[in-house]
Amino acid sequence: MSEKRERKDFSNGPLCLSGRGVTKVFGLGEKKTVAVDHVDFDFHEGEFVSIVGESGSGKTTLSKMLLGLINVSEGEILFQGKPRDIGSGRKKREYWKGIQAIFQDPFSSFNVFHKIDSVLLDCINIRGGRGLSKEKKIEMMTEACSFVNLKFAELTNKYPFELSGGQMQRLMIARIFLLRPKILLADEPTSMVDACSRATILDMLLDLRDETGMTIIFITHDIGLAYYISDTVYIMEHGRFVESGKADEVILNPKAAYTKRLISDVPKIHEEWDLSTVDLKTE
Amino acid sequence: MGKVMLEIRDLKTKYVTRFHEDVFAVDGVSFKIEEGKSLGVAGESGCGKSTLALSMMGYYFPPLHYISGDIIIDGQNISGLDPDTVRKTVLGKEIAYIPQAAMNALNPTQRIIRFVEDVIHAHDPKADKKEIRELAEARFAELGLPKDVLDKHAVELSGGMKQRTVIAVSTILSPKVLIADEPSSALDVTSQKMVIKMMRELMEKGYIKSMLFITHELPLLYNVTDDIMVMYAGQIVEKGTAKEMVFDPVHPYSHGLMGSILVPEAGTRGSTLTAIPGTPPNLKKPPQGCRFAERCAYAKDECRYHGVPEKPFGEGRSYRCLMSVEQLREVYEHE
Repeated sequence: MSEKRERKDFSNGPLCLSGRGVTKVFGLGEKKTVAVDHVDFDFHEGEFVSIVGESGSGKTTLSKMLLGLINVSEGEILFQGKPRDIGSGRKKREYWKGIQAIFQDPFSSFNVFHKIDSVLLDCINIRGGRGLSKEKKIEMMTEACSFVNLKFAELTNKYPFELSGGQMQRLMIARIFLLRPKILLADEPTSMVDACSRATILDMLLDLRDETGMTIIFITHDIGLAYYISDTVYIMEHGRFVESGKADEVILNPKAAYTKRLISDVPKIHEEWDLSTVDLKTE
Repeated sequence: MGKVMLEIRDLKTKYVTRFHEDVFAVDGVSFKIEEGKSLGVAGESGCGKSTLALSMMGYYFPPLHYISGDIIIDGQNISGLDPDTVRKTVLGKEIAYIPQAAMNALNPTQRIIRFVEDVIHAHDPKADKKEIRELAEARFAELGLPKDVLDKHAVELSGGMKQRTVIAVSTILSPKVLIADEPSSALDVTSQKMVIKMMRELMEKGYIKSMLFITHELPLLYNVTDDIMVMYAGQIVEKGTAKEMVFDPVHPYSHGLMGSILVPEAGTRGSTLTAIPGTPPNLKKPPQGCRFAERCAYAKDECRYHGVPEKPFGEGRSYRCLMSVEQLREVYEHE
């Protein structure tokens, strides 16, 4: 942890994705569950945003709504200042050119029947590179692989399941590098890899943001990780944002009781970890 | 120095693949745990942490095979015993194991009390069910688990509760050694804290005499265990107290690992995480020299050809590198 990383400030850029009173309700009547409850947010272009919360706080439901995988029950999501229209399949595909995702489980993120080169080739084709020469395409794929420290020459003719979890997650970042969406939604991309690969992946995401100016929405339950990586942090509890703001302000100076509890529950190095705050009799 | 509860001497085990190739997953591991102490094992995925835990129980089933070495629990050598004897006399009583996916370890069709009965009946087939229930109720109450958990099915419990139940059931016979293999990595921070608190209470109340805790989360290890050892490619590369290992790691690999710590504390933001480049070696053909040489930033030619023995230094610490401690510390200072 010796080197210093320059952090650019993107928080005053134009709006990229915002939400007004976004709500998701599952079920009806007595079984009604409000998973996301009237949340407002403004994500700027090039900003690194983290959404932090425990299991069941509604993080993943919110991310599915942002991706357009499930409908919004109430409220609206604005994409680049205009209300988002994903009414038809064609419009949805158009929207997905602007927003892409990396999920938690790298093993289920790839089609097992497609070789790695065809996965990457698809990305170039989607970006309108269908007419490019073969050499140019290979050059682009090599560049994307070297960005994530993989060697393209070693990957050709291999299937994704021949790679390790960390390598697959990096290949996913290579895909994003080729697709260049406006927004990348990363849903716990590091929770299934070990601490060492985690460091590699986080640094790659920061490099990706710096190089392409893409907005990254990072969803995690690890507040230490959110503090390291993000510019802005949103803390989520029971479907609501209880606190939001600059990472330094929120983590070092938390206002909400929930944020304070989350921070105190994480084991630390320089401060003592107070085990007396949990009561084994509760739950 | 306290009484030694567990001693592992030069333990070697291997996996045999279906193509009859040997994978030397644990290769010459030695360590001791004293009574009332806990030892943490850190390392990347695939470095042999979980295999070490399985090998230590002396309960081998294919593809895992025992090669050589001693496992001594409280003066009794259990290596070389046949699996049936190990199951009847050692598991649960001398040594208990909490696997990584402990939450899935509970059979969904059985009530929790049945698991307690199973554990006790494996050692004493004539044990009275009423007495077992009394014992279980007393133990559960002491560990802060509600009494009605005993009559529930696993599906009715939350993730954190399931994990705590598994720990309570597996330690019901007060084992001398508890091996916890990533017991909290699938839980969120609050449940993790409860699990850790419960394990600490077990230790304080003397229900377990010593503990081996495996995880790749270093801040957690630092807060839970007394000592830490770092494993790489089936070998232990460095041993020391938790404080020494986090603030003054000597081996280049542990130094790299400590650079990947993430905590919500002032100062961690703005610095770059140091990741170790490359991947661990293939253990079918372990490298002839230092196993870390290929990925080490300070490796010289001789590192690739000379095997490195474990070298002791300081107070009870040891490391596995050709360079001297002073040389290594100087290199880190100039970074």
